[in-house]
Amino acid sequence: MPRRRRWLGQLAVNGTLAVICFIWLVPTIGLLVSSIRPAADVLNSGWWSVLPHQDYVTTKELPIPTGVTGDAPITIEGVSATFDGFRGGVTAPDGRRILWVGNRRTGRIEIQQKQWVAPFNFTLRNYQVVLSGGDKTYENTGGTLRTERGSDLGSAFMNSIAVTIPATVIPLTVAAFAAYGFAWMRFRGRMALFALLVALLVIPLQIALVPVLRDYTGLNLNGTYLGVWLAHTGFGLPLAIYLVFGFVSEIPRDLIDSAVTDGASHFAVFRRIIIPLSVPVLASFAIFQFLWVWNDYLVATTFLGGTQDVQVLTIKLVNLAGTRGQDWQLLTAGAFVSMIIPLIVFFALQRYFVRGLLAGSVKG
Amino acid sequence: MALTEPPLAAFNDEAPPEARARNLALGIGGVILTVVFLVAGYVILADKASPIPKPLITLLAVIWGVGGLLAIFTVSNWIVEQLPARAMQILLPVVFIGPAVIFLVYFLVLPAIRTFATSFFDQDGAAFVGLANYIRVFTDDATLLAFRNNLLWLAFGASLTVIMGLLIAALADRSRFEVIAKSIIFMPVAISLVGAGIIWKFVYAVRDPSSPQIGLLNAIWVGLGHSPIGWLADNQPLNNLFLIVVVVWLQTGFAMVLFSAAIKGVPADLLDAARVDGANEIQTFMRIVVPTIMPTIITVATTIVIFTLKIFDVVVVLTNGNFGTQVIATEFYTQFFSNRSFGLGSAIAIVLLILVLPVMVYNLRRFRQQQA
Repeated sequence: MPRRRRWLGQLAVNGTLAVICFIWLVPTIGLLVSSIRPAADVLNSGWWSVLPHQDYVTTKELPIPTGVTGDAPITIEGVSATFDGFRGGVTAPDGRRILWVGNRRTGRIEIQQKQWVAPFNFTLRNYQVVLSGGDKTYENTGGTLRTERGSDLGSAFMNSIAVTIPATVIPLTVAAFAAYGFAWMRFRGRMALFALLVALLVIPLQIALVPVLRDYTGLNLNGTYLGVWLAHTGFGLPLAIYLVFGFVSEIPRDLIDSAVTDGASHFAVFRRIIIPLSVPVLASFAIFQFLWVWNDYLVATTFLGGTQDVQVLTIKLVNLAGTRGQDWQLLTAGAFVSMIIPLIVFFALQRYFVRGLLAGSVKG
Repeated sequence: MALTEPPLAAFNDEAPPEARARNLALGIGGVILTVVFLVAGYVILADKASPIPKPLITLLAVIWGVGGLLAIFTVSNWIVEQLPARAMQILLPVVFIGPAVIFLVYFLVLPAIRTFATSFFDQDGAAFVGLANYIRVFTDDATLLAFRNNLLWLAFGASLTVIMGLLIAALADRSRFEVIAKSIIFMPVAISLVGAGIIWKFVYAVRDPSSPQIGLLNAIWVGLGHSPIGWLADNQPLNNLFLIVVVVWLQTGFAMVLFSAAIKGVPADLLDAARVDGANEIQTFMRIVVPTIMPTIITVATTIVIFTLKIFDVVVVLTNGNFGTQVIATEFYTQFFSNRSFGLGSAIAIVLLILVLPVMVYNLRRFRQQQA
């Protein structure tokens, strides 16, 4: 292929890829930037205005002309317009803008010029507000006080951790034992049980919510960590066993046989041979399940939604979006709080993450 | 010296008597400790008015849940190992697989049966109503709208995700920036649908024409000289497409990774042969690569179809089912939680189950083939 054409081809490929990546990134960048902008800025201008751009900057202030009445034209700095015209800003032939701030009697004239600006005005207050519980009073830049109702995402974060870690480890442990049993123990009904497991892989969990919730109400498990752990364990198990079984059943028979000949029990073989060898598949599932539970809203809201002090991040965020839907500085900060752990997991453990996700794609 | 090596397990009949006695003492101590640990932990954690600070409670809950389970497995295994060999052989699979079976049966199998039964009863489950709930599901305006929207989700969500995933995988495969590009596209897969919903709700934000538009899409739209649009509320049913975009954004990375791996597996001589025959890059891709990776495309499409059938969080965050955007899963939630219509809610859940049944049958058939 001629070098020139190849070069053009590379340009087209990389150019298209760059455009797509840019489109993919922009929404998240908008969220991040807005979460660290002061409330007033977020509501008055788009987040992209933190980028260098041309904007009118006041260069001179003048006192207002006296005796202005009605709609008679006024001349300021050689430009004629009505009062209402000046109120909206009048652009002079030389590019300056003349703006009347205030009313007819008290006010000022601002002469503005287009300049390059890159306002650097960031704050962490949105995070303070969303993380804290109860009311907090803050001092504004002008010295005035402002009371903000905290969104209590700090304790929701704790709840998410308290829900997610056991809801990951419990299914993982139960699944590891079961996978070993299916792979290396002979008992009646083994095939039928495993077929059932395969069937359960894609079952929509909506089907389970109604009866389980009804039982939980009777057992007082509604609004408890234990109830959610058990539910997530049940819903996550088919996939977990399926994945771990796939790996454990491939472990060479000789390894296990020789240990058994040495007098090792199944428990010992499991603990000393199977588990250490299965670390990659266990890690993959752990990451998949961790993120699944962390990001879950449906199960959490069903079993924890009614109890204020155990609500996890996703529940609080949905509530925030409902009650304070226009407070973008808080919503964006809150969304980022919920994303921080998944993003860390994503960047730190990408290899395991991809593997677990691909294997886990069939989850119901 | 393999013969003199100690056996892996201490629990074994040839162990000397004093070791057995020690084992027994340790084991019984373990059983008692486990019971105490489980009960005490439950009592402490169940106390709603507990004075213990939140982080400590969190830590305690985690230790209790995880440690308790490990203790249960160890202890029950120990008990079974004390039994005669014959009983042990029968009971050991129960120790290993029993807990999993209990979870599967209680949380998935029984609920499916119970939901199926509930779907034939009225609102509070008192009177048998036959197929009335199902008739309502298929005649009610609200559920019919939900079905139509789910169809939109299936058609556009699945096809757009597959197309974008293929396009990006193919481009990345030819680019020097493959790793970074794939990372960027893949990142949304890690975050929650709730978080993604908020990200995009902000992109779609609409305000009165007199104020500056802070939503990106309307800022561009207004910049082009139009008046702002409520992307999520106006132009029904096209507004559903703007919700679908969110899931395409989130899922394309997943599709891309699978396609990327599959594309790399296409034999090079196949591609070379096509090029020698004069096919250009696009023809090679459409006629050689796509047919070769068709199994992967079908897997991805199936996964996305199942995923979009149950789509819920995104709709709740973006529109809460208003403006004609409700789907099956939000309709289920509304009937079940807001209207407390357990019968109707159950019928909707069963319809969802019936919709994924073909996939279930396919999986089972493949499993049977693998075993044969």
